[in-house]
Amino acid sequence: MKYLYVAVLALALTSTFVRAQEAPTQMILQEQAPLIMENSRRTVAPAIAAVSDSGLPQAQDVLQAWQAKNLWQRSADGLFFRATKTEQNDYALYDFDSGEIVGTALSSDLEQIKPNSGIRALIGSALVRFQLQDPDPKRRRAALTSVQRNPGEDLLAPLRESLAAEPDPEILALKQRAERLLTMAYDADEDRRIAAVSQMAGDLGVDVRATLNPMLSTRQAVFAGPPPEALNIAETLVPGETIETSEAYDILVAADLAPPRVTAAQIRNALAQHIEGGTVGGVPVHRLDDPDMRLQAYAALAELGDVPPAPGPVQIAQTLAAHSFVEVYVEPSTRVTDAASEALDTIALTVGANQAVDLILDGLSLTSIYFLAAIGLAITFGVMGVINMAHGEFIMMGAYTGYVVQQIVPNHTASILLAIPLAFAVTFAAGVLMERLVIRWLYNRPLETLLATFGVSIALQQLAKNIFGTQARPLTSPEWLDGAWAINDVVAISYIRIAIFVLAGFFLCVYLFIMRRTRLGLETRAVTQNPRMAASMGINLNKVNMLTFGLGSGIAGVAGVAIGLFAKVTSELGSDYIVQSFMTVVVGGVGNIWGTLAGAAMIGFLQKGIEWFNPSNTLAAQTFMIVFIIMFIQFRPRGIIALKGRAAGD
Amino acid sequence: MQRAYQGRNRSTVIFLVLLAVFTLTVTVLSEGVGNGMISTSFVKTLGKTLCLALVAISMDLVWGYAGILSLGHFAFFGLGGYMVGMWLMYERTREIVATSLADAPIPPTAQEVSDAVANQIFGVVGSAEFPLIWAFADSLAAQLLLVVLVPGVLAGVFGWLAFRSRVAGVYLSILTQAMTLALSLYLFQNDNGLRGNNGLSGLQNIPGLADVPQALVSVWFFWGAAFALGAGYLLAVWVVSGKFGSVLRGIRDDEARVRFLGYPVETYKLVLFTGTACLAGIAGALYYPQAGIINPAELAPIASIYLAVWVAIGGRGRLYGAVIGAGLVSLVSSWFTGGQAPDVPLGFYTIKWVDWWLVVLGLSFVMVTLFAPKGIGGLFDLLERRIAPDRHGADLGPDQGALREKEASE
Repeated sequence: MKYLYVAVLALALTSTFVRAQEAPTQMILQEQAPLIMENSRRTVAPAIAAVSDSGLPQAQDVLQAWQAKNLWQRSADGLFFRATKTEQNDYALYDFDSGEIVGTALSSDLEQIKPNSGIRALIGSALVRFQLQDPDPKRRRAALTSVQRNPGEDLLAPLRESLAAEPDPEILALKQRAERLLTMAYDADEDRRIAAVSQMAGDLGVDVRATLNPMLSTRQAVFAGPPPEALNIAETLVPGETIETSEAYDILVAADLAPPRVTAAQIRNALAQHIEGGTVGGVPVHRLDDPDMRLQAYAALAELGDVPPAPGPVQIAQTLAAHSFVEVYVEPSTRVTDAASEALDTIALTVGANQAVDLILDGLSLTSIYFLAAIGLAITFGVMGVINMAHGEFIMMGAYTGYVVQQIVPNHTASILLAIPLAFAVTFAAGVLMERLVIRWLYNRPLETLLATFGVSIALQQLAKNIFGTQARPLTSPEWLDGAWAINDVVAISYIRIAIFVLAGFFLCVYLFIMRRTRLGLETRAVTQNPRMAASMGINLNKVNMLTFGLGSGIAGVAGVAIGLFAKVTSELGSDYIVQSFMTVVVGGVGNIWGTLAGAAMIGFLQKGIEWFNPSNTLAAQTFMIVFIIMFIQFRPRGIIALKGRAAGD
Repeated sequence: MQRAYQGRNRSTVIFLVLLAVFTLTVTVLSEGVGNGMISTSFVKTLGKTLCLALVAISMDLVWGYAGILSLGHFAFFGLGGYMVGMWLMYERTREIVATSLADAPIPPTAQEVSDAVANQIFGVVGSAEFPLIWAFADSLAAQLLLVVLVPGVLAGVFGWLAFRSRVAGVYLSILTQAMTLALSLYLFQNDNGLRGNNGLSGLQNIPGLADVPQALVSVWFFWGAAFALGAGYLLAVWVVSGKFGSVLRGIRDDEARVRFLGYPVETYKLVLFTGTACLAGIAGALYYPQAGIINPAELAPIASIYLAVWVAIGGRGRLYGAVIGAGLVSLVSSWFTGGQAPDVPLGFYTIKWVDWWLVVLGLSFVMVTLFAPKGIGGLFDLLERRIAPDRHGADLGPDQGALREKEASE
């Protein structure tokens, strides 16, 4: 009997041994079965650790199945399987060790392990270790992204482990950066943290700042008497100076160190509840419209013990003086917080410098937009002296031309390349038509030109509304203009704006070429300076005026295509730019293209500069800019670059 | 040669008589005091039109007589409306708040009333405190003074800056337009203390007159507007009849020559610009209680340009022309855009006037500028057989004075 017992025991031991050899994963799961089945976030951690630290190749499968609620236990023998539903409405059981189907079972014979979201998150962070070393680079990147999104102390070790085996240099760099950030925030060793902080000090990345800022997070604390020495104090708050007195008192109240203040509303309600025979605390009700009488009545009530006493200003001041208020760093180590704040200062300096560069780029791009919108006016108004209030509508016409072309030609690149000359042609024709029909009768009556062209502008705007409707039409830019050229995390400029910059430069050259190198330019300049003399020299005034006006209008059309690329095309597109365009020409100096450029630069930079001071309010920026321009014209009525001599006219 | 005042200004007498007859007719036909043939809303429309005629007169003074094409006078009009609107809104809200707080067991303190009023008015822009500019909102007299002062000071400062640096002609027009744009953009901000783009509303409810029906209030405002128009017209006639008016016309026709004759051109212009801004403010203060709401869109630059359009169509350089232009164009515009005008079916396309009226207005405006620079007022010259002398194609004036001949004969 005894032998038998020993034999059976030996057999059992052997079989356990054999099973452990053949099915190590199952073994671990069996060992941890009570914790797994308990299914509680508080106790499950050792089970997850046992699986993930087992070093088995199957550990990842187990964790994934567990996380995806695919881990089932067979009720009959308590073995764990990965189970999937088959077509016969029962479950196919996969053995973790062999990876093969070892049988099927009905769901009544199985028990599903349903981890809650807390457990799934724990499993998830255990899984990161495997994913970080996954052979598939995509998975490794995904795991890295998840590490960056939800950094945590427990991720540091697996991340460091994965560094050595990383084959892809690009991912390796990302991993190293993530490792530095995690070290800064979570490493147990202070020196290593400080080293990491100083290493990342000059970095512009948003992630660095996002890691450093929480390290400097503080909480307010209050102590009776001076604060204890051991604390890592960020700032001592002085009531009335660095902290509002009321705020400081509220902290005391929250810490149960002082009786709560009684607000005016509470006094009123308390008084209302204690009206007795037309008086409250000896004060007649009709006199309670005076705040002093209310306080008096309340004090009387408090003396009777009907209401809690209201702490007076003297009492509040005394209580405040007896306590000290401090901002305490959540991070206990002074060295770490010092290093972090120093690093943030360095970063702030670099960011500031880069923001200045970004501001200059923004200003440049706004300059080129205003310049593009105003260059047509620089010709019609600046050179010819014709006020064209319909200039904005020519811009709109160009934008709608681009929209129509895009409806016909689906390829965005081709349609934009087609739209630019077409917009020029359309608005050139419209300009010539307007010059022939309206403007040439009014050359010596500038105010009436203004009104007549305004009539045209009303009509054109309404016409556009009738044809295209009031909703905004899209003018889509080609794909190669999408996105932005990001120099670093602070400085970026979209390709469309670069394209507009190039376009503005191009039209500056076109203008200079036409005015200085062609017959038309020569004749235009002659007509501008002295029309009668020009006419007697044989220049055809009508033709020159017509072509010059057409040229100015045509450039407005091209500007419309460019503006339509980043702004929605509506019938009001032009009127948004008309005042700024006139301002640009007037500020710059009439009759000089460099003046227009200077005017556009001044207005563009000024607007961006004011916006920088108050980024939330672009309306205010525009208001201040216009006021500034009005002031500027006081000092230089003829603009930045004024014509001199006979060309200046009167 | 010096004829009696009435003889020289026959048009003034005719205008005042017509205005009186019109006022009487509307009163007799109104719902409030007459037989009700004219609805209350139409009485309001007519009253508003009279206010528009008044601001058109001020525009005509500036532009038609002095040649300053101001594109900011409707902004002054709107400012006047804002100033009176502040009192109307404050006082009305205070009445409502006082009524609701009167039921409380404890009488409210002055601070509580003020807080509740501020909360009512500025809750919509997320604020509960009175901004500094509302300091006088509780006093009708102060706000009425501000109706004149605010546009006057703004116009004075702006005009002083602009005229002293010799900004004239189209430059001045563009500058005034920029000023208008800046003002309306400023008013559009929510934190400016004037409720941003919500504007001021409920202005038709006159504080203290809660029991008086709107039908009656509308007639009172109509009378007020008619009186203001009559008085403003007389004032304008007085201004342009004397030496002041002659100098203004001289400035319009040849500024440099007037300056060389020794007149302080800038002062003349500044006085006129500021004075007409005040007049525009008064017109606005009468207009917006009838309209009931004012918001920054009313002050947009386009409104001031429309003002110029009215004056041009009516006939600038004559006061009744401005009145005719403002009355006719604004009434016809509201008829066409109000959907009352019948559609015109063309078979392949139906012309809806709501869509096409602005096109017609714009083009007819071009036509008037090109072919009838005298506007509708020019028709009266035809009636009187007053024909400009044939100058054989020579320019009428040196530069911008197309109307000089007519003026010389008046």
